[in-house]
Amino acid sequence: MSSPAPEPKPAAPAVSPPGASAPPPPNPLPQIALPFQGVDHALKGYHADATVAPDQVVFAAEQMDRAGFAIDTITGVDWIAQQQMEIVYDFFHPVTGLRAVVRTRVPRDNPELPTISGVFPGANWHERETHDFFGIRFAGHPNLTPFLLPEDADYHPLRKDFTS
Amino acid sequence: MIVKENIATDAETGRETFVINIGPQHPATHGVLRVKMTMDGEYIVRAEPVVGYIHRMQEKMGENRTYAQYLPNTSRIDYLSAMTYTHAFVGAVERAARIQVPPRAEYIRVITSELNRISSHLVWWGAFLLDLGGFTPLLYAFDDREKILDLLEGITGSRLTYSYYRIGGLYNDVDDAFLKGTREFVHHMRPRLKMYRDLVTDNIILRKRLENIGPISAELCRKYGATGPVLRGSGVPYDVRRAEPYSVYPEFDFLIPTFPEGDSMARYRVRMEEMAQSLRIIEQALDKLPAGPVMADKVPRVLKLPAGDYCYAVEAARGRFMVCIVSDNKEIPYRVKLRTPCLSNLSLFEEASRGLLLPDALAVMGSLDLVIPDIDR
Repeated sequence: MSSPAPEPKPAAPAVSPPGASAPPPPNPLPQIALPFQGVDHALKGYHADATVAPDQVVFAAEQMDRAGFAIDTITGVDWIAQQQMEIVYDFFHPVTGLRAVVRTRVPRDNPELPTISGVFPGANWHERETHDFFGIRFAGHPNLTPFLLPEDADYHPLRKDFTS
Repeated sequence: MIVKENIATDAETGRETFVINIGPQHPATHGVLRVKMTMDGEYIVRAEPVVGYIHRMQEKMGENRTYAQYLPNTSRIDYLSAMTYTHAFVGAVERAARIQVPPRAEYIRVITSELNRISSHLVWWGAFLLDLGGFTPLLYAFDDREKILDLLEGITGSRLTYSYYRIGGLYNDVDDAFLKGTREFVHHMRPRLKMYRDLVTDNIILRKRLENIGPISAELCRKYGATGPVLRGSGVPYDVRRAEPYSVYPEFDFLIPTFPEGDSMARYRVRMEEMAQSLRIIEQALDKLPAGPVMADKVPRVLKLPAGDYCYAVEAARGRFMVCIVSDNKEIPYRVKLRTPCLSNLSLFEEASRGLLLPDALAVMGSLDLVIPDIDR
């Protein structure tokens, strides 16, 4: 029996989608006193995910700071159907490369939570941007003025009920 | 370095200060960035960047068009490093939709991304030295950059805002002219980098302008989330290509250049070394370039991503760029977040420039390699 010579098969790419049924990996950050759960980086792009109460974000930032993490970004998501605003804090570790996400939710009709700019000064601009886009107030922020929007802006364009 | 310590105290004790406004139209800011500088004589008491002049609400645009329609937006954020930015976006969508990209496409993505990194660093190099008063290097830099733009124009059709990567692969395959031209460019560029070192990097005037000027510590970078050559110029070997390996980067042998000094010269040297490392990666990728298709099979024309959030980070020319997509299983994203390196890198400027002489502060700003649409989005 003869068959045509098979074409040389190239190596599989580095990021290959694993099976959907794989169990989540263990918490990579057990030393941090936050409810982290392990996440498959190949599927989501981060290693650990924790949800905390809004009044716990400063404590969470202090924990991440103590563990040597750097502030990556802060942003919001408007969950209008649930009448909630989600605030997402992204961190990366400059030495281990681990990516951790801390999230919290506040009621949409009174979106307010404490600032973490006292822990990470880099949070200052990210919080101003989140205030611009979502109208989320960061209590104790040193300068919560329009950042990317015009200085007289009184609208929040990433709210799902925003109309121009 | 001349730094005025206790500068704020002087201002508080009644020494007269004045405000000078740099920008939004100023050659040293390379775009519409404004910096409000409170001065005590020639010394900076406070330098407050005022941003948003070229804000386009890119994240809102992400919420009213399909994933494929949003793709060109991602090459218009950092217009000097468009390849890597498109890579992050298609990477996030491919991760969410679990699309397996053919190896040939990933290799070509690496080659074109690294070419783009060199062309981006060349623009920075020429413009930075122009800021410092040297005109000639700009002409050399743009001469070399032109060769890269011609190569990329041949395969992508664009000279700057390439939307060459597609969800699942590439717009088209590379031709022999590109492969031959890229090899020639690698051979051309190595002696040029040596010439740049002899002509500029070792020049005593440049070193006097940059050494010990504007030291930024690794700790300051961490508190502000600064990445890229700024962080590596503070001695931290953080590079997304190593920290969160993506595409086929693990298959290449390259170094992460770091310099521990943290001054403007360290950031300068990191970028110069990175160009040499990019040439190494390009050469290896050309040697190993596999045959095969450049587009995954059966990528639907209109994608619906499974509900959830997906992030994808890349090492862009200026640092860590990350796209996060929140999907609610519809054809258009529920939310697109763009984490851009220049915003974080600029945010430490206020702290890093305190007490500096004004001309030194402009050297520090140039060493951050800012692209303003990357901050304003």
